[in-house]
Amino acid sequence: MSAARKPSMLGDSLAQVGACGLFLLQVLGTLPRSVRHFGETVRQVWFVGAMSLVIIMTCGLFVGAVLGLQLYDVLSRFGSAAMSGTVVALALYRELGPVVTALLFAGRAGTSITAEIGLMRATDQLAAMEMMAVDPLAYVVAPRFLAGIVAVPLLVCVFNALAILGAHVVCVSWLGLDNGTFWSNMTAAVDVHTDVLNGVWKAVAFGAVCTLIATFNGYTTAPTSEGVAYATTRTVVLSSITVLALDFVMTAFLM
Amino acid sequence: MTQQRRSYQIGTGLFILLGFAALAYLATQTTSVANFSQGESYALKARFTNIGQLKLRAPVKLAGVRIGSVESITLDPAKLDAIVRISVDKQYAEIPDDSAAAIFTSGLLGDQYVGIQPGGSPDMMKDGDEFVLTQSSMQLEDLIGKFLVSGSPQKPANGQDAPADDKSGSAQPPKP
Repeated sequence: MSAARKPSMLGDSLAQVGACGLFLLQVLGTLPRSVRHFGETVRQVWFVGAMSLVIIMTCGLFVGAVLGLQLYDVLSRFGSAAMSGTVVALALYRELGPVVTALLFAGRAGTSITAEIGLMRATDQLAAMEMMAVDPLAYVVAPRFLAGIVAVPLLVCVFNALAILGAHVVCVSWLGLDNGTFWSNMTAAVDVHTDVLNGVWKAVAFGAVCTLIATFNGYTTAPTSEGVAYATTRTVVLSSITVLALDFVMTAFLM
Repeated sequence: MTQQRRSYQIGTGLFILLGFAALAYLATQTTSVANFSQGESYALKARFTNIGQLKLRAPVKLAGVRIGSVESITLDPAKLDAIVRISVDKQYAEIPDDSAAAIFTSGLLGDQYVGIQPGGSPDMMKDGDEFVLTQSSMQLEDLIGKFLVSGSPQKPANGQDAPADDKSGSAQPPKP
């Protein structure tokens, strides 16, 4: 029994990946039709993006502050505390900003998307929409998918800006690094294309992946309360793994 | 319902504006874009036998204050030395024309920049002028090589030491 179970688990995960890919194609196919539901997309940008601002801003502030604190301490051992601002900015723009934001986004918005769509499935609302000739892919899934792609890069920018502010507060106001040194070293080393914009491209990809996983898990959930709970958990787990793995791959390509 | 939808739309618009404002802030204030001089500038030229790791847009400093940036680095095919064009902000127009340009390294292993040591001439440099006195970048490998030769345990003869010193100071202005 257990010997027969292992290959079937592998087959199950493969089937999941395949189903997720087909789901993505279906969603992409409905994008032209979902233009009619533009208002719904705006509402979702508000819901997954603007409502995540508080957690993103708070976390950004603290991530930047702790980065500034740690780097100032470590770099001053090598007599290069002046580079703290540079290292904070590069680490944030290239890696931490997009990745931490995507993980927070998966926890804050991905779960609620999965739970919402999952409950629609469990309470047969999706079937009711089909009865009324409303394509749930175009009305429910596509707006959320688009909203994720729009919202995550914007959230990453806000996160980065707040993190720089946090690092500035710690390094300059608290630890006494010179203000001009902090900014001039940063501006000398950070490039718009290779650092800032590459981070934004990463954010676009993470936004697409996170919302794809969230909507797919919600859409294909088992129509029970247990199924919805399981799908929500799986959204967080899969999103986190995929974001971190994709981050490695994208870094390798973008560098 | 319409009232509610309208407030959603306004909030979403504000959120998108905030995001783009953050992006604009990051792109213009914390990157090298911020270093492009906004005001008028004038160009100066300097020849170096070796520029080391000097890069485009590297800062140009006088007394440690940033006054401009490196605009282009080209090789003179005839003299086989590097011509570095720098653009200096118009507000720093008072640079004596016997000033020296040198390539320094910020910190021990930091980025390289062009440092200008002001001279005492009453005449000031004009657009397109060239620095007469320049000092190339210090190559760490050369320094280590010299140190290994001069600092070897078997106390080298005086004759061996002198050329090494000579080489470092040949036809170059003394450091301030």
